[in-house]
Amino acid sequence: MTGHQLLFWVFAAVTCGGAIAVVLTQNVVRMAFWLIVSLGASAGLFFLLNADFVGTAQLLVYVGGTLVLLVFGVMLTASGPFSKMQTRPGELFLAGVVAILLLGLLGSSVCSVEWDRVIAATNSGHQITNQQSLNHGFNRPEEGNTGHPLGMAFLGMRPDRDLVAGNKTLSTGYLLPFEIASVHLLVVLIGAAYLARAKRRVHPNEL
Amino acid sequence: MDLSSYLLVGAVLFVAGVVCMATKRNGIGVLMGVELVLNGANINFVAFANYTRLGLDGQVISLFVIVLAAAEAAVALAIALSFYNNHLTIDVDQANQLQG
Repeated sequence: MTGHQLLFWVFAAVTCGGAIAVVLTQNVVRMAFWLIVSLGASAGLFFLLNADFVGTAQLLVYVGGTLVLLVFGVMLTASGPFSKMQTRPGELFLAGVVAILLLGLLGSSVCSVEWDRVIAATNSGHQITNQQSLNHGFNRPEEGNTGHPLGMAFLGMRPDRDLVAGNKTLSTGYLLPFEIASVHLLVVLIGAAYLARAKRRVHPNEL
Repeated sequence: MDLSSYLLVGAVLFVAGVVCMATKRNGIGVLMGVELVLNGANINFVAFANYTRLGLDGQVISLFVIVLAAAEAAVALAIALSFYNNHLTIDVDQANQLQG
């Protein structure tokens, strides 16, 4: 067993175990903790897949930002001592049956595809050798070190495709979706601040 | 490791997220289920980016997913806070005023 395989099994086990623990735990704070474990281990899976920038963004944005936001939400919406929000055993049993069936469906459909043949069929005619791409100073995405190519792709340029020998086309990047995402973040910032602003508390019996 | 093992990890995350969304009565627990589903989709995107000709495009899409998931979490938490301010609970079963 190589080191890559060993790391994959460790990260995959922690990711899946954390996700299942999120489902099975009833305490919200412990759910947030297991979600941190699961998302952090899946960042490790991203590193194993040579997506170093995506793994870093996962750690920074998800684990560092979204989870802190969720824990703040848990703190600000603390439920009273008498309002237990437990799932009923019958619903839990039904959910377990549905989960096993859905997992069996997804797993069987993943395992029934011969991925090697599919990848070989889609790669035909588009082989880019390492030597061609390394001549221009850009790695292939499969080799990691993706920060520079990702930044160029977000600016609308694709040197990882266009600088390959024999390619005379000009590929398009992701400048417009990038701008839409940034405006979307601004809209979300204003909208969330408007929705969560301090208001006079209205009791339910006055509604 | 081959592609299908990564896809199976993504499938486990997706199923866990769907079950979490369906069974949790706490609104924030439902949000955590959404995060799990999005993360499972992200693992699929990055796995296809590594093993197929999708290349850098898959990683770009996964970055968009991460950004939009953060935005979605912010808006949904603001809605949860607003609901808590009005109802003093975030039990999603109590949010039944629009059912007519």
